[in-house]
Amino acid sequence: MCSGSSPKERAAMNNTQLELRVESDVVAARQTGREMARELGFGVADQTRLATAISELTRNVIVHAGEGVCRIYDRSDAQAARVQVVAEDKGAGIPDIEQAMAQGFSTGGGLGAGLPGAKRLVQEFDIESEPGHTKVTIAITKPRVRVA
Amino acid sequence: MRIPILPFENVLVASIQVDLTDQDTLQFQHDVLQKVDETEAEGLVIDITALDVVDSFMARVINETAQMARVLGAEVVLCGMQPSVALTLTEMGRQLVGVETALNLDQGVANVQRLVTEREGGHEQHAA
Repeated sequence: MCSGSSPKERAAMNNTQLELRVESDVVAARQTGREMARELGFGVADQTRLATAISELTRNVIVHAGEGVCRIYDRSDAQAARVQVVAEDKGAGIPDIEQAMAQGFSTGGGLGAGLPGAKRLVQEFDIESEPGHTKVTIAITKPRVRVA
Repeated sequence: MRIPILPFENVLVASIQVDLTDQDTLQFQHDVLQKVDETEAEGLVIDITALDVVDSFMARVINETAQMARVLGAEVVLCGMQPSVALTLTEMGRQLVGVETALNLDQGVANVQRLVTEREGGHEQHAA
């Protein structure tokens, strides 16, 4: 397979920053992430995993912090296609990350499946939180098919 | 954003055709329960063919809606889930979908009719 532009050129065009203020921003963020994954050659299953994980993270921002930002990056290189998503807010922070990552723990009235569920859907998952700043970074990766 | 909820024989059919916000999802829950109550429907089929994301919030609301509709007296079947959505929900956690499901609308309506018949049969047996 051969793509028209180099990964670097596409990256510059594709990186997106979305403000998270209202519920429809969650929909916009997951649709944007899905679109980038699709453009980079990820299959429908990976597109859906990423869109669902973005939905969980961006909802957390709006429910717990009121507002924040979601950035979606094309981090592809010669070896692999990679979409990285950062959801960041200036809310109260997560007091106990270990507890927040446990299946079934919820402070937002949900099932408590959001964060641990999102983690299961992606290859990379990182969470940092302190009062006034929470940042969750996820990424999906797909090795490029080599033509022998 | 309102989802149309249509009467079909003795059941209701609701087909979600757009990507819903959380508020839209809760509005749908409210509308569908109201409609079950008003029409005294015996069954409810929720078609999610067009949904390409069902996250934990949507899954919870769908499950709760089904429970509430059952309490009102209507059987519920969810149909048309995309394979990638089924995959994602299963990977996220096992208990996310606790509703009877069917592949498509035809089977959804057939299944909900079967559930209604079974329930009526059960009642008769109990009475006898």
